[in-house]
Amino acid sequence: MKISSGTIRLIIPAASLALLLAAVFYMQPRAMSYTGLNLLFNLAVPIALATVAQMLIMAVNDLDLSMGTFVSFCACVAATFLQSSPAIGVLILLGAIAAYAAIGVVIHIRELPSIVVTLGMSFVWGGLAVLILPSPGGEAPGWTRWLMTSRPPFVPMAIVASVVIAVVTHFLIMRSSVGVLIRGVGGNVRSVERAGWSVIRIRAGTYALAGFFAVLSGIALVGLTTSADANIALRYTLLSIAGVILGGGEFVGGKVSPIGAVIGALTLTLAGSFLSFMRISPDWQIGAQGAILIVVLALRLFLNRLEKREKSR
Amino acid sequence: MIIRKMLVASVAIACVAGPVSALADTSGKKIALSNNYAGNSWRQAMLTSWDKITKDAVSKKIVAAADPFTTAENQATEQAAQIQNMILQGYDAIVINAASPTALNGAIKEACSAGITVVSFDGIVTEPCAWRIAVDFKAMGESQVEYLAKKMPKGGNLLEIRGLAGVSVDDEIHAGIQAGVQKNPQFKVVGAVNGDWAQDVAQRAVAGILPSLPEIAAVVTQGGDGYGAAQAFAAAKRPTPTIVMGNREDELVWWKSQKDKDGYETMSVSIAPGVSTLAFWVAQQILDGKQVKKDLVVPFLRIDQANLETNLAGTQKGGVANVEYSLEDAQKVISSTK
Repeated sequence: MKISSGTIRLIIPAASLALLLAAVFYMQPRAMSYTGLNLLFNLAVPIALATVAQMLIMAVNDLDLSMGTFVSFCACVAATFLQSSPAIGVLILLGAIAAYAAIGVVIHIRELPSIVVTLGMSFVWGGLAVLILPSPGGEAPGWTRWLMTSRPPFVPMAIVASVVIAVVTHFLIMRSSVGVLIRGVGGNVRSVERAGWSVIRIRAGTYALAGFFAVLSGIALVGLTTSADANIALRYTLLSIAGVILGGGEFVGGKVSPIGAVIGALTLTLAGSFLSFMRISPDWQIGAQGAILIVVLALRLFLNRLEKREKSR
Repeated sequence: MIIRKMLVASVAIACVAGPVSALADTSGKKIALSNNYAGNSWRQAMLTSWDKITKDAVSKKIVAAADPFTTAENQATEQAAQIQNMILQGYDAIVINAASPTALNGAIKEACSAGITVVSFDGIVTEPCAWRIAVDFKAMGESQVEYLAKKMPKGGNLLEIRGLAGVSVDDEIHAGIQAGVQKNPQFKVVGAVNGDWAQDVAQRAVAGILPSLPEIAAVVTQGGDGYGAAQAFAAAKRPTPTIVMGNREDELVWWKSQKDKDGYETMSVSIAPGVSTLAFWVAQQILDGKQVKKDLVVPFLRIDQANLETNLAGTQKGGVANVEYSLEDAQKVISSTK
């Protein structure tokens, strides 16, 4: 039986997640329950959505350094306008998605490095977030609160949401023709162009789709926290990039994995809890988190090499 | 379901047992400290105070454990995850210095519905099920202007050094100073800069604005910025105004040296880092079954010309003037707000 390289890419993140989960269950048996799993994973849902958004940007060989501030901005809109006057809130969020498409167009036409453009945009989003919500507050719309705290039978909300996100994005990116085009731009722009497709449209569409998932991330986050803060999700920039890489994605070449990205986000969240249960001092926690990342990446490099050796034979 | 059943059962037991023994024994209870940041002298002093008081309490078997946890990146989402982990670890009470007054509310609600007592202090939270130990920062700002009004009845120009923009503490102290100036119209704020509660930032900011300012009679501050302001005035070769200090050791040392040189007079005010220990005792009292109001106010720590030396002697190098609270102090604070 031949295992495809895509499956191999998924095995490592899935195995590391399972290993971490086993370790957490061993240390904290209380976590092995409906409520426990929900508490462990519910904050991973917005991270998973942000990771999927980042993965889309990375699929076209770009990198989004404004992810954290953009999700914060969306969270602020969700906790203010979306709650008090839903129509204006939806309009603002649609405008934000349009802005993302415009960023994609600008990056493409002017051939600007995406890192620079999105780094600049991160200050714009941060400023807008402070303008909308000068001091922490606001209130989550009732429906997001209901959605994020609902208790489906047997399986906790956090797990259901993660599976839904993974399956939907898998079909969108890996199985649909749109997904092929997006990955094609990352893999080989010229061939996509020669085949008669408008790369600028694909890029704009990809950015808009990423903006859409980031908006969902902001709404989900507010649903969990009940109210917002202009700095609420700053960590998401680095977490989302780490999640994509951890889940088997690459910085270039259109090699991404939606299921892997969701698993990567879950693993990162769990790693934080694991270190906290281990009573590791905060001074060492960032280092330990980095160490976990390096171990997983080293494992993947090793498997990549095996894969190549198989192919050359 | 099992947890819900256990909760119902424990509530039922509490209702039955309640009238018989109003006071529960807390020797088996575990308290956790969730702290969002440890990167400055104030926070370090806060953690040291917590360690000192809680170790003693644990060894006397008042509580079973009192573990401090600090998040690595000072981010609300990280602290929310930390609080949810504490629920899983089975703590009976969580004492919080929060990264955000609102962004942790979801996690705190989870903790409350799991039957955990949540006490927030310094960085307080708005979730109604949690207790709050707040400093009246507005009164702290106002007290600075009141002191100046007594010291220089003729008034004069003020320079205001503010804290970190967008943080609620900065807004409150600023509002207090504004209220004070309104009551004493002989004072006028002629300039304001953000010093971010750090000496180097304050020094840069003050040095930048000084050339454009008329003669300054006094500087109102938020703490951690007085020494930097003094340095900026000295570097610009301008006469040193009355600078209100913020209890930091470097500020007190500078004040002492000026006082010895030419009888320089000022005052110093800030919140004592030992407030973490007050929060600990309040949590212990709540676990003990005491009725405690949800909103408590802790007095700020003020140093004047007369008690400068004693306070300076008790302050560690690079630290902050501090008081640690005892169980009796906590009981006094609780009963005074009833």
